[in-house]
Amino acid sequence: MSADRAADTVVDVRDVHYSIGGREIFSGISLTARAGRVTAVMGPSGTGKTTLLRLITAQCDADSGEVRVFGQELSRLSGREIYALRRRMGMLFQNGALLTDMDVFENVAFPVRQHTNLPEPLVRALVLTKLQAVGLRGAAELIPAELSGGMARRVALARAIVMDPEVLIYDEPFVGLDPISLGVILRLIKHMNQALGITTIIVSHDVTELAKIADDSYLISGGRIVAAGTPAELGASDSPAVRQFMTGSADGPLAFDYPAPDYTAQLLGESDR
Amino acid sequence: MSARHRGHGLLLEGVRRLGSATLFLVSLLIACVPALARPRLLAHQIYNTGARSLIIIMLSGLFVGMVLGLQGYDLLQRFGSEESLGVAAALGLLRELAPVITALLFAGRAGTALTSEIGLMRATDQLTAMEIMAVDPMRYVAAPRFLGGVIAMPLLTAIFSVIGLFGAQLIGVQLMGVDTGVFWSQTQDAVELRDVTEGMVKSLVFGVACSLIAVHEGYFAAPTAEGVGLATTRTVVASSVLTLLLDYVLTAEFL
Repeated sequence: MSADRAADTVVDVRDVHYSIGGREIFSGISLTARAGRVTAVMGPSGTGKTTLLRLITAQCDADSGEVRVFGQELSRLSGREIYALRRRMGMLFQNGALLTDMDVFENVAFPVRQHTNLPEPLVRALVLTKLQAVGLRGAAELIPAELSGGMARRVALARAIVMDPEVLIYDEPFVGLDPISLGVILRLIKHMNQALGITTIIVSHDVTELAKIADDSYLISGGRIVAAGTPAELGASDSPAVRQFMTGSADGPLAFDYPAPDYTAQLLGESDR
Repeated sequence: MSARHRGHGLLLEGVRRLGSATLFLVSLLIACVPALARPRLLAHQIYNTGARSLIIIMLSGLFVGMVLGLQGYDLLQRFGSEESLGVAAALGLLRELAPVITALLFAGRAGTALTSEIGLMRATDQLTAMEIMAVDPMRYVAAPRFLGGVIAMPLLTAIFSVIGLFGAQLIGVQLMGVDTGVFWSQTQDAVELRDVTEGMVKSLVFGVACSLIAVHEGYFAAPTAEGVGLATTRTVVASSVLTLLLDYVLTAEFL
């Protein structure tokens, strides 16, 4: 991974420090996502992968360091500029985050209606095309409560791409899916990336699935990037931390246990817990 | 933790909440300008908070009016002035009972619904999803609901007054035998525009207070089941107490 800012860099996170409530989440993290590629961010649960997405989408500001999206540094942008930037991005939430008071069709149409004044037949055509792309054109009339988890995520994906974003961000897209839904989502992500050239960022801990689609990948642990490279490079790495994560072992340099006082002392001690 | 410490903590928390609500009100008012440009969204919220509270407001108005009729008649006939029942009921309702009781019922019926709805939208990432879609949830979610409440409250109060007066008339005239003509003509003579204004100003102030609390609590509810529950409780408690407190201040101001 070169540290220079390449011309095709879309998201550039540089030496970012971030802490919440005195707990340090990131201590100097740097990564880049390049145009038209699939960038995977992997790491054990609780390492701040979702927080990283919040930083990239300007939902929170880094304590130090800089986050650049499309070359613009987020901390310098006004609220209006951030909203303008977000119109070029799409994001898929873990639970879909569909608006529960409208049906599937209206959910997908929501960004279009909010940002454009397109005539109704055009909105209809646009929404139906996107729903067809995720295989849910027949579910247009359903309300979010009637959808399964996998379907909700596909609807959310249709909504995320309805404004034709340049960057698409996925937060744990594979969690809790049955093999068929997983295969469908995987193919959709790949398709969006290859056919439409959408720059893709995926945050997940699903190593095997990511290896199938990622061009570049990063492994985060303990607030730092512990490894970067193609999935194949990471798979062949002899770094103990990378090996531990790739093989899913509890023992190793990556801490699995949450920091705790000494086990014996706590069991035998007279602490109130 | 000592009692004094806890007292300080509570005071600090109270001040913090008041500050947060004030800042929220400012950004809410700014967001209200574009929200007014979306009449459909606003109409939907007036329907949600107003029209859906109609039954409870009308029923309560009727019974409060009927109780006023009974108690008022009992009291006034001791002085042989039962024909003043209409005046007593009308002034009591317009100036005091209608705005206050409507606000209390509004907090329980519409305020809780607003808080839990917005709180759940927060808990299920819907508000965040809107932000990512470059749609400001202050404009799309908070402002129309706030405005809907502010507009609905005086309307509900007016309906409460009318139904209440009808209830008082029902007991006083139909049951106790006060003369219809005297009942209405005395009412007409005694009630002035400023009495109506007092009630309407009060209901408008209560509308702002109750809607602000409901939307604010929902917007900043902790994104958990417990958090939304607590926020809903706080909405009812804070709205009720604030309504009664403001009522005292406004009454002192008007008299």
